[in-house]
Amino acid sequence: MTDTLTIRNLHVSVGDTPILKGVDLELKRGETHALMGPNGCGKSTLGMALMGHPNYEVTAGEIVLNGTNVLEMRPDERARAGLFMAFQRPVAIPGVKLADFLRHATTNVRRPDRKEGEDLIPMREFRQELKSKMQQLKIDPEFARRYVNDGFSGGEMKRAEILQLAMLEPKFAILDETDSGLDADAVLLASQSIAEIGRKQIGLLIITHHDKLLEHNRPDYTHVMLGGRIVETGGIELAQELHARGYDRIRQTYPEAAADNSAMAKGEALPLGA
Amino acid sequence: MVASGVQTGFSQENFAAFLLERSEPNWLTDLRRDFWEEFQRRSMPTRAQEEWMRTDIRLLHLGQQEWPTTSVAQTELPSAALSTGVELAGQTVTLNGRTQSHALVARWREQGVIFGPLESIVQEHPELVRKYLLNRAVDPRYDKFSALHAACWGCGTILFVPRHVCIDAPFHTMSILSDGGVDLGHTLIVLEDGAEASVLVETASCQPHDKGFHCGATEIIQGAGSRLRFVGLQDWGSGVWHLAHQKAVLSKDASLQWTIGALGARLAKVNQHVELVGPGAECQVNGVMFTEGKQHLSYHTLQHHMAPSCRSDFLYKAALQDTSRTVWRGMIKVDQGAQKTDGYQRNDNLLLSAKARADAIPGLEIEADDVRCTHGSTTGRVDEEPIFYACCRGFTRKEAIRMIVTGFFQQVFDRITIDSVRDALGRSIARRVREYE
Repeated sequence: MTDTLTIRNLHVSVGDTPILKGVDLELKRGETHALMGPNGCGKSTLGMALMGHPNYEVTAGEIVLNGTNVLEMRPDERARAGLFMAFQRPVAIPGVKLADFLRHATTNVRRPDRKEGEDLIPMREFRQELKSKMQQLKIDPEFARRYVNDGFSGGEMKRAEILQLAMLEPKFAILDETDSGLDADAVLLASQSIAEIGRKQIGLLIITHHDKLLEHNRPDYTHVMLGGRIVETGGIELAQELHARGYDRIRQTYPEAAADNSAMAKGEALPLGA
Repeated sequence: MVASGVQTGFSQENFAAFLLERSEPNWLTDLRRDFWEEFQRRSMPTRAQEEWMRTDIRLLHLGQQEWPTTSVAQTELPSAALSTGVELAGQTVTLNGRTQSHALVARWREQGVIFGPLESIVQEHPELVRKYLLNRAVDPRYDKFSALHAACWGCGTILFVPRHVCIDAPFHTMSILSDGGVDLGHTLIVLEDGAEASVLVETASCQPHDKGFHCGATEIIQGAGSRLRFVGLQDWGSGVWHLAHQKAVLSKDASLQWTIGALGARLAKVNQHVELVGPGAECQVNGVMFTEGKQHLSYHTLQHHMAPSCRSDFLYKAALQDTSRTVWRGMIKVDQGAQKTDGYQRNDNLLLSAKARADAIPGLEIEADDVRCTHGSTTGRVDEEPIFYACCRGFTRKEAIRMIVTGFFQQVFDRITIDSVRDALGRSIARRVREYE
């Protein structure tokens, strides 16, 4: 049976502000979905809600992974069940080496029943695997000794997220603007890396403004989000259209959602904006 | 317990009996008497005094401490944290202020190194001890507790390293208290010119919640160009009062790396004082504090630059759980002649509970005009964002917090050059971190 992640009628609020207003989406493992939409439409909120960020409250709807209710799971349980998000803004953990962080993370994700304090993957075995993955992704091995995202450039952070994706081998991955803040060469490298990791093994939900990532990771489906709803779903041609001509047609076709979106975009100045 | 009619506590009768029991050189007995008078004369510190403003010792009753310590029933002793798997140059172990065992590797004895229980070495080398003991470093008249210690210290450890003798293996000293025990141990370290040594000192109680009373002193006297790595790990039970005066005096080009681990005790009040008396001397202090329950740890540091071109670099990091509290009061004092001083002090605190409290009071007192002195402190809580980030990678919340706390201390761990010490501190802290409310 193919692994399936289903989102039904998802409503999410941040504080008292509703952001998502009924999102429906189904991903099968091996598929690539593009999630596009203007700023403030709720794309990142969907990622945060999928991973269970405490500030993103699900007020209605459901998220189901292979028949299991994801909403009842803690964030770490979701990770162990095979969900992954590459953060738009990865968080620094000073004093913790990326290699140590990843060794612990990889152990927990691969052995979902591991109890706290039980052994981690043997150091030597882990190092070998990490080294080969880093080679594959053309990442300097020295990187593993640096503290997690601490003093990383924007590009380094995104590369570290891709490395984590490669090590954790999730069933489903949300890539939240993994190409933003990168120069053309870095975008190309990131796109190729994701394509290599993702090919047929991961259900990808790619949040992006650009087309480069989608050139290398050709979406089977393109979803357009506006005002906290998915208003249109199509194939790659939809992504191409939006990239070439922007969101004017979408706004005109869905005036109510467009009005919602402008209201939400204004609210984005808040620290917890969508 | 007072079964035989013998009164406990620091009373005149007990002090007289204590002196009688010890057949010490007259000069020492005379000193003890002087300091006892000083102790009698001084009143208990009150919160009206700057140093004690944040530290409440009204529940400490010196008259109720079990002193003099009677012989101790055979009990299972805690194992050492710092010396595991380390080849040692020498070791002393005390229990309730009485020496249990001591050893010195013959090779170092043959080179003139003196190491062992202070109370017996004062008999063997009275003039040497007299020259340094409570004479060069710690001021017995500083407060009531320094005077009490100076009058009544019962056991201790001395390390004397002659000129240019470099000892590669560390010395280890362990002081243990059983429930209700009293320890007035003294540590005296003298490195002559060009000597090198490492000393690991740790304290422990037999059980985690044991009560007790420690009133100690540590004195470090370093000759020109000498190098010392000194580690003090305080891990008493959660019912122990810990009062300590610690002072190092550094001559020309001497270097000291001083690592402090403060984990135990009900209440700790420590004065740590480094005096840079010779040009070019340098001192690095690495302080690691972790508190929980109702613990109160108060550290008062003074880095006193008396000579030019010296460096001092103090970094204290504390993580606080439950309703515990830390006070760190640091002072860099630069004398008029101490030009080209490079002084640094920093205290970072991580609050692991809404009810924990950390006070950081840095200070500068500079009389020279060509110096670089910087200080700083931060106090904050663990952010939710890194916790969530780690949870998204499969860490449980508790694992995430433990990792973040360990990471918080990494900067200070990175400075510690003794592996066994770094590991022991890291393990102790990781073990203590609980759920973060």
